[in-house]
Amino acid sequence: MTQTPPPATAEAVEERQDDGSLDIARRRANEAQRAERKLGLLLVAPAVTIMLAVAAYPIIYAFWLSLNKADLRRPDANEFIGFANYVTVLSSPIWWRAFGVTMFITIVSAFLELVFGMLLAIVMHRTIVGRGLVRTSALVPYGIVTVVAAFSWRFAWTADLGWLAPEGSAPLTEFWPSMWIIILAEVWKTIPFMALLLMAGLALVPEDLLKAASMDGANAWKRFWLITVPLIKPAILVALLFRTLDAFRVFDSIFILTSGANGTSSVSMVAYSNLIRGLNLGIGSTMSVLIFITTGIIAFIFIKAFGAAAPGADPGGRK
Amino acid sequence: MQTETTQRKLMWWGVNVLVLLYAFIPVIWILSLSLKDATTLNDGRYLPVSPTGDSYAAIFSNADFLRALFNSIGICLIATLIAIVFGTMAAYAIARLTFPGKASIVAVSLLISMFPQIALVTPLFKILVTIGLFDTWLGLIIPYVTFALPLAIYTLSAFFREIPWDLEKAAKMDGATPYQAFRQVITPLAMPGIFTTAILVFISCWNDFLFALSLTSTSAARTVPAAMSYFTGATTFEKPTGPIAAAAVVITIPIVIFVLLFQRRIVAGLTSGAVKG
Repeated sequence: MTQTPPPATAEAVEERQDDGSLDIARRRANEAQRAERKLGLLLVAPAVTIMLAVAAYPIIYAFWLSLNKADLRRPDANEFIGFANYVTVLSSPIWWRAFGVTMFITIVSAFLELVFGMLLAIVMHRTIVGRGLVRTSALVPYGIVTVVAAFSWRFAWTADLGWLAPEGSAPLTEFWPSMWIIILAEVWKTIPFMALLLMAGLALVPEDLLKAASMDGANAWKRFWLITVPLIKPAILVALLFRTLDAFRVFDSIFILTSGANGTSSVSMVAYSNLIRGLNLGIGSTMSVLIFITTGIIAFIFIKAFGAAAPGADPGGRK
Repeated sequence: MQTETTQRKLMWWGVNVLVLLYAFIPVIWILSLSLKDATTLNDGRYLPVSPTGDSYAAIFSNADFLRALFNSIGICLIATLIAIVFGTMAAYAIARLTFPGKASIVAVSLLISMFPQIALVTPLFKILVTIGLFDTWLGLIIPYVTFALPLAIYTLSAFFREIPWDLEKAAKMDGATPYQAFRQVITPLAMPGIFTTAILVFISCWNDFLFALSLTSTSAARTVPAAMSYFTGATTFEKPTGPIAAAAVVITIPIVIFVLLFQRRIVAGLTSGAVKG
């Protein structure tokens, strides 16, 4: 009886034998997995360390500074003052004016960039002649340093000097003309970026679908709104999100064009002035934190609108 | 039929000309300003009447400008190199390996790419002053690398996903360690993507103004965009329009060369990295 074990036991023995080799296999797999994990963590470590040290730590530090009276001109007078800096900034008309200016520039430029970016994307996508030429030249504004472009526009609108300057008036010394020139500079520079993102979307629209719609009598306008736009909506939203957040930090163009004169300062300009001209770290940090929070809110609204199409929503995933 | 295609071609050429005008009018204007001589500088004409190289002679004999040009090139090259090395490592891991925390790394880098730089300027200013890196090359390289890394990681991981997996597996089967597979099989295949990303990263560093303006105080580390805003004429009343325009043209030339040579790659890089949805 004992020499011939019942089938169940035999199976168990076999299983145990299997288990032995399986164990080794599993251990090997585990080791491989652990090695892969280790390598993965090792490879991302430098990048993550730098990003955390230079972005995450300073923002926490900025939050701490914003709760203090920190004036570089009077280092001995530093003290913890709670949210007093926030009260100062949020009750300051300078801050709210800059906030309004920034919002206006952001919304108007994002809108214009979307319209002209879409037009340029369609041209780059559809043109039957000189495609390489168009794509190359469209990249030029993208590559030009913002400061260079801003100088070009400033000189163009400077009285007596510029080819665009109207006789006997100085547009860059008045509020509204300045605002439109700032928007012009921003829009000129970033249309290509918008157009490239949209063009990547356009490439995904099936040609057959457009042809079929054309056969069914839909004109170009209808095909655009009823087929192309719904299909490239994710690309539109991504492009808009990138550009909105980018436009909200507008600094270079304003600094060169008006230096913030005549109430054209953006929030970044005001924060910069507080730091460099005022040397007031407490107030400057408070503004930094407020700008950071606003950016977060804008991103949050967009990501709510994106839903699943949000970049990063499918992190490990395919392209 | 023949005429119809001709007409369509003509129409598209017309549209193309509009695009060319859009892209080049401000660029040619700054070029023409840089070539105007002192007497015709203020004539308000779009093109120079009697072009001269005086403004170029002026900036190339200006020590501050030369120093700024040297700073710009050095700082941007070093920052690009560091960002590419670390970015390549991280992007490879994100595209190919399974490890904990991957999702949050992607999220964090996305967050940083959208970060308002000004929010970092105040604390970084204080930190750099404290540790003695204010107004040094390293003081600018550090924030440049930080903002270049998300761009590098995004673009590179998109490129890496398109490299055939099997080659790496084959290398491992032949006895290569994961590191060897990375170094000897994947890296050469990935070079075009890495190169494209390097151009994009370099352009973004080259373009920076805010950090260069706030984190420097002398010509020791000031880059050209920041130096341009400090240009002064020979006298307080003379506006240095010509030299500024010449400096603008000088820092535009490398970018225009990149764009002309690598148009296709830059387009591929910008679209693959940025559009994931």
